[in-house]
Amino acid sequence: MLKVLFFARIREELACSGLELHWPDTRLDLYTLQEQLCAEHGQSWRDILTQDNMIRAVNQKVVTDNCELNDGDEIAFFPPVTGG
Amino acid sequence: MENISINVHEADFDVAGLQRGLLSGLSEEGAVATFTGYVRRANDDRQVSTLELEHYPGMTEQSIKTIIDEAADRWPLLAASVVHRVGRLSPGDQIVWVGVASTHREAAFSACEFIMDYLKTRAPFWKKELGPFGEIWVSARQDDESRAARWQDDSTP
Repeated sequence: MLKVLFFARIREELACSGLELHWPDTRLDLYTLQEQLCAEHGQSWRDILTQDNMIRAVNQKVVTDNCELNDGDEIAFFPPVTGG
Repeated sequence: MENISINVHEADFDVAGLQRGLLSGLSEEGAVATFTGYVRRANDDRQVSTLELEHYPGMTEQSIKTIIDEAADRWPLLAASVVHRVGRLSPGDQIVWVGVASTHREAAFSACEFIMDYLKTRAPFWKKELGPFGEIWVSARQDDESRAARWQDDSTP
């Protein structure tokens, strides 16, 4: 199982706070997962998830490149942070 | 450093109580530096009536812990505490508090500013402003990034 989470502006634009996906029993990396989400949900998701300033986190750590995923991982997509 | 406290919640906070908590159990303290952030009444000329704060539970606390650990690697700290509110806030409300205790003021001042600068650019919080203009997600500010980047060039900017 993979958990995919969306936060803030991204959550609103997708009208989705998160998804749970079955682990595909093959190798899977972050960019492939993103491509699968785009292919499944259409152009609006592609436009949003490929935004230049998108931040991606795997297991609650920000990643700046593609990376291998594992069963049980938590993946998050969110815009630049604005706390404080 | 073991004396670390991180709290993310909706309720308001009492800075005097937080400072007492920061110092409890310490014996060598010579300086405490604190920062309190408030919700601005106007931002980029927008009159804000409500601020909504969203965060990523779990990652928020972990990222603040990482920031405090980095500060403790740079300066001799005795204790550090961060409180950040989430949910619906109003202009003038307290939103964030950072407290740092050390034996001397330089470490306390610097670490407090470092923690705040990194919190603004690394901890997963997002602000949405509501008002007569409708609602708008606040954009990340380049000068916040620049302030945080200063610490990477030199540990004592």
